[in-house]
Amino acid sequence: MEFFRIRRDIPFMRHALVFNIVSLLTFLAAVFFLATRGLHFSIEFTGGTVIEVAYAQTADIVKARTAVEGLNVGEVQVQNFGSSRDVLIRVPVASGVKQSEVVTRVFGALCKAEGGTISAGQEAAQSGESARQVCSAGGVEPVRLQRTEVVGPQVGRELAEDGAKALAFVVAGIMIYLAFRFEWKFSIAAIVANLHDVIIILGFFAFFQWEFSLSVLAAVLAVLGYSVNESVVIFDRIRESFRRYRKMTTREVIDHAITSTISRTIITHGSTQMMVLSMLIFGGPTLHYFAVALTIGILFGIYSSVFVAAAIAMWLGVKREDLVKAGPKETDPDDPNAGAVV
Amino acid sequence: MNRYPLWKYATLLVALVVALIYTLPNFFPEAPAVQVSSGKATLKIDASLVPRIERILADAALKPDFVRFEGMSVKARFADLDSQRKAKDAISKALNPDPDNPAYIVALNLLSRSPSWLTALHALPMFLGLDLRGGVYFLMQVDMKSALVKKAEALTGDIRALLRDKNIRHTGITRDGNNVAVRFRDNETLVAARNVLQNQLPDLLWQDGPDGSDFRLVGSLKPEASRLVQSTAITQNITTLHNRVNELGVAEPVIQQQGQDRVVVQLPGVQDTAKAKDIIGRTATLELRMVDDSAEGRAAASGTGPVPFGTERYVERGGAPLIVKRQVVLTGDSLTDAQPGFDSQTQEPVVHLTLDAKGARIIRDVSRENVGKRMAILLFEKGKGEVITAPVIRSELGSRIQISGRMTTAEANDTSLLLRAGSLAAPMDIIEERTIGPSLGAENISKGFNSVIFGFAAIAVFMCLYYQLFGIISTLALAFNLLLLVAVLSMLQATLTLPGIAAIALTLGMAIDANVLINERVREELRAGAAPQVAINTGYERAWATILDSNVTTLIAGVALLTFGSGPVRGFAIVHTLGILTSMFSAVVFSRGLVNLWYGRQKRLKGVSIGQVWRPQTSVPAKS
Repeated sequence: MEFFRIRRDIPFMRHALVFNIVSLLTFLAAVFFLATRGLHFSIEFTGGTVIEVAYAQTADIVKARTAVEGLNVGEVQVQNFGSSRDVLIRVPVASGVKQSEVVTRVFGALCKAEGGTISAGQEAAQSGESARQVCSAGGVEPVRLQRTEVVGPQVGRELAEDGAKALAFVVAGIMIYLAFRFEWKFSIAAIVANLHDVIIILGFFAFFQWEFSLSVLAAVLAVLGYSVNESVVIFDRIRESFRRYRKMTTREVIDHAITSTISRTIITHGSTQMMVLSMLIFGGPTLHYFAVALTIGILFGIYSSVFVAAAIAMWLGVKREDLVKAGPKETDPDDPNAGAVV
Repeated sequence: MNRYPLWKYATLLVALVVALIYTLPNFFPEAPAVQVSSGKATLKIDASLVPRIERILADAALKPDFVRFEGMSVKARFADLDSQRKAKDAISKALNPDPDNPAYIVALNLLSRSPSWLTALHALPMFLGLDLRGGVYFLMQVDMKSALVKKAEALTGDIRALLRDKNIRHTGITRDGNNVAVRFRDNETLVAARNVLQNQLPDLLWQDGPDGSDFRLVGSLKPEASRLVQSTAITQNITTLHNRVNELGVAEPVIQQQGQDRVVVQLPGVQDTAKAKDIIGRTATLELRMVDDSAEGRAAASGTGPVPFGTERYVERGGAPLIVKRQVVLTGDSLTDAQPGFDSQTQEPVVHLTLDAKGARIIRDVSRENVGKRMAILLFEKGKGEVITAPVIRSELGSRIQISGRMTTAEANDTSLLLRAGSLAAPMDIIEERTIGPSLGAENISKGFNSVIFGFAAIAVFMCLYYQLFGIISTLALAFNLLLLVAVLSMLQATLTLPGIAAIALTLGMAIDANVLINERVREELRAGAAPQVAINTGYERAWATILDSNVTTLIAGVALLTFGSGPVRGFAIVHTLGILTSMFSAVVFSRGLVNLWYGRQKRLKGVSIGQVWRPQTSVPAKS
């Protein structure tokens, strides 16, 4: 089996201008949505309370919403989470409402709406005695508390700051590494291409108003490191081709490098995507947006490495002399075996 | 050229065996167990409890798998839930004769069923994070400002007493934030006071007041002194939290410092945040009272007479009852510090107490009148008092008190810890709180597990079909990577969370890249007409530089997450970073080892099973 039977080098760079314009437009659209709609930050960043409850029967969202809104705890979001029986309630930080009491009050209201009463029941779980708030109505448990999360506003601010620092660290680290390993033009090209990926992922999250949580941030940074890989592999090939084929022009060298790595690019990303797809399908709601961010990142990672990074390097005027600086080991540049020596 | 020396194969084999051993404990199911830990701050558990529990269980005709002293508690494992419950009842009945005032906490727990030879090798299963097993998580912020204010307040009193002792007249001492200002009538007293204060209170830095008309000295805490105040405050708070959390009967609570002024509390298995918060926020108080050593008192203590009027009966740590007067000499508020140390003359272990100025004045008066009598230090928790120690007053006391006699170094440490742990050094606020239900935790485990398994299977099937034998080798290398990663995580005793499982999945998905690079390179060499053995060799060699480059960039992202991430992101980052490192070893060294083992000895190798290698003109498959 062989998927890629490429006879001649594909002239990717002939259309470089078109691709760059497409990229620019997508990028601008992403920036536009980020600016107008903004990211829908999770409470990890903004501070607030999240309560996940599981109903015994299909949950009546409207009833739950009216019950919680009656508490006057601010702008509450009530929505399904995962299945039709799981409901997620988000309560923002509001002045005049004690955060520590929100959970008890909200759960109390939900329980009352189902006609039950709250009791701090003892539940002898296998892992030890654990007492929890139990809502009971005539011997059954119409709604149960699955998960709560209360984040103070100051924690949120710190997390946002740390996130920004991490992003800056990754960008700087990768740029320095690439500049040291290749050439500054490549390092700029790779970072521009991959930051454009990051902005596009964020643009998607802004456009669809998906929840941007800590795990999505982790996914974005992981994908940044990962798709820089892609550019690195192509740049490696470009350098090698410059050494091997002395008569080719820069454009031809880049075309050749991309063509000879394209099968690896597709297969690798396909494999990673299979794993991510598996997370998307089996991982449940907690990993959902994590996997979504990775999917977008991987798809745009291929695109930007193949069509954008090399093109930017070309516009920046990469020359054979930039990369083939008569290294100490290079005795015969025409020797095909001398290629990968660095 | 495609042969490894024997030592390389040996290294790979050793790595494989070690990884297997350390991964193994994770696969054993958990067995019901009973855990006994200290229920009181004054009770310390050691290995001597093991035979006692063994005897109790033998009396109840129960056979535990083992009874072991581990960390701070004794654990006994059982074969089934029924005997676990019976054992819990038997142990708590025997150890806690008074159920209202339990000295020991007997909790149900789960222990891995892994055989003891694995445990002896320190091969233990990974911890499961709260999102996988359910529980409560608190992040608490220690209010350092008020700890500093408290310190300044104590110093203000000290200054007043000091100046009075030295007969230096001042016109007022005020505390202004963390600073203390002392005013004087003239410059001479100011200079005299400064000399005294600088010598006696090394923690403060003294400066002349800003306005010239007024004679004023302003003392501020030196940076190192305020750092010390803060670090003591946080350790004291952690100790106090430990004591309080013990009461919840949680099998394995985690209480850790995070950053400069934060404490993380994790209580697996606990669901009721309200109760947990109530217990964590409780205050304990310390009181100093005189012991009634009169004839009636002694009679009451030995149980032969009634408790005299105006006194109470308490039990001293160690068991002997003691009759203590109701009148409180001092409360814990006056106690600023308690440290273990050694007597300067006899070199025996002692505990040094430091009192503030007000406390010192009171204790001086009381001790002067009661030389030769005993004074009890009581700790009140949950409304119940207990005598920590009851030393004899040898002479008139001042602001520094030394408790000595019949103490080992460990006892001196414990006593000073207890004296300090009575209350929180500084108030704490809960700034983050999470609860995860146990069913949700189990669900998360199966979801994470399924993601990894199905993703892995999909990749394996594709690789085997596309690259044939090389695909099988790549899959084996990927499996080896998974094994190594889990083994390393188990060795480090890392806590596995859902983001951690996601990181395992993602890392595996990314790690296959190295093998794809190698396989594509080998194909390419074959396409260019290289002999199979040469193609394998150059393929591996050329791919290596690229693999290294691409992993470094991923590693940079991993390290950034590790440095700046917190909570769930950190768990993700640790697994991700370790996974990248193990993948380099497994994808390059291990897969090469397998290839060499398979093809290396064949001198006249005609073809390589790496799937179809298509050539632009001839289109002849390389496999013969």
